[in-house]
Amino acid sequence: MPALPLDEAGKYVAGAYVVFLALIVVYVAIIAAKVARIDRELTRLAEEDE
Amino acid sequence: MYSKGLIPLAVATVVAMGTAMALIFFYAPLDADQGFVQKIFYVHVPMAIVALCGFVAGGIMAIKHLRTGDRSWDLRSYVAIHLSIILGVGVLVTGAIWAKASWGHWWVWDEPVLVSFLVVFLLYCVYYPLRFAIEDPERQARYSSVFAIAAGAFVPLNFMAVRLAEAYTHPRVLSQTGGSLPGDMRLTFLVALAAMALLFVTLWKLELTAKHASLQLKKLRRRLDARVAA
Amino acid sequence: MIGTARAILQKDLLLELRTKESVPAMTLFTLTVYVLFHFGLDRDSLDGELASGVLWVTLLLASIIGVSRLFGAEREQGGIVGLLLAPVDRTALWVAKAAALFLMLVAVELVAVPAFGLLLLGPSLGGALPELLVVLALGNVGIAAVGALVAALAAETRAHELIVPLLLLPLLVPVLISCAQATEPLLRQDAGPEDLGRWLGLLSLYDVVFVLLSVAVFDFLLED
Repeated sequence: MPALPLDEAGKYVAGAYVVFLALIVVYVAIIAAKVARIDRELTRLAEEDE
Repeated sequence: MYSKGLIPLAVATVVAMGTAMALIFFYAPLDADQGFVQKIFYVHVPMAIVALCGFVAGGIMAIKHLRTGDRSWDLRSYVAIHLSIILGVGVLVTGAIWAKASWGHWWVWDEPVLVSFLVVFLLYCVYYPLRFAIEDPERQARYSSVFAIAAGAFVPLNFMAVRLAEAYTHPRVLSQTGGSLPGDMRLTFLVALAAMALLFVTLWKLELTAKHASLQLKKLRRRLDARVAA
Repeated sequence: MIGTARAILQKDLLLELRTKESVPAMTLFTLTVYVLFHFGLDRDSLDGELASGVLWVTLLLASIIGVSRLFGAEREQGGIVGLLLAPVDRTALWVAKAAALFLMLVAVELVAVPAFGLLLLGPSLGGALPELLVVLALGNVGIAAVGALVAALAAETRAHELIVPLLLLPLLVPVLISCAQATEPLLRQDAGPEDLGRWLGLLSLYDVVFVLLSVAVFDFLLED
């Protein structure tokens, strides 16, 4: 079963994994914002074309 | 075009990452010297390897761009390099955390992977200012590709040089990145590596899709504006 | 192609001889940096790895000046358009520029290395001079090849004086490593080459890779 010593070591390991996950989440969030912007612009374009 | 296969890739990535996490925390044994801290190694080293491969892949895609003149290869190269730089930040930060936890300092010159990474990272950071200092889009793509190729060739050379140098000043006491891993650790490491590679490819495809959509949109807007003006 | 390269090289060398800008500036720069190191390290004499490091870091920093100015004449007087309109192989331009940079480095080192021996070096320079010359020569090839490539890459960008050092120095790290490690045993009290083959091997590999790469890729630069 997992050896999870919640002492000094645990904090560092958790820190490293949090950094990793944070990078992914922030990255995906930025792409999501970009996609949202594209979607808004496309809707506006479609309306203009009518 | 770019989004083909994105969903299955994403699913595979989630599965791989889940498996890797489970293996890391429930299966891999504790390291004799470093204890629990060694678990960082399963995130730090795969990130480094995937990032370095990403830089080299960016170089290869840049070669394709120059040979075919097809700008989509430059886009692929840009995204690969961009992602690798982000991973590079992760490598340096997790490396620093590992160094602090293992040796008490936030930076050590002992690990050739980390040191050569610092140099590579510093080099690739110039990719952005170089790119965006050139206004003409066609020239921008060409010059960026030249840089990507030179830098891609540089990565293995630099790694060799740093490794040779460190072997002199700091004989490697801990060879965590070597082949001296016991079986269950090795399996965990390979799964973590595969998960990181899948993550990279998935994010690469994702960003490519978004960028491509944005470019198409710009083209469409320009066409519409021209039609309105006419 | 050789003819064209030689013509361009001759033009560049004549220009440098007449204006006397780059080489004296680079030489003066190295001497100034030696003085800085004297004060910064608070040392009267260096030997071994410290000497080797100071020598090579100073040379690399000085090379930035040369690389920044490599396409200067063309940039200021629009000579690039003329070169591009002529039906010449772009590679000839690279050969000429790299050769010019190599010669400039040699000229600088003719003064800078003895000066280093005089000002900062503890042991005598003559200890392992032939080996030192080989290391300098191979190192110069690497700096020249990469320098010409970086100069061209940065030539048409807006902030080229900023981009040149940022691009050049990381790319030259393997050169620094090889040359410093190779030079270190040559600058000791009991000078003698150690592991020279290994470092010269790495340096040669680097030189070959970057010469071939620059030749292959240069056509895509300065193409309009």
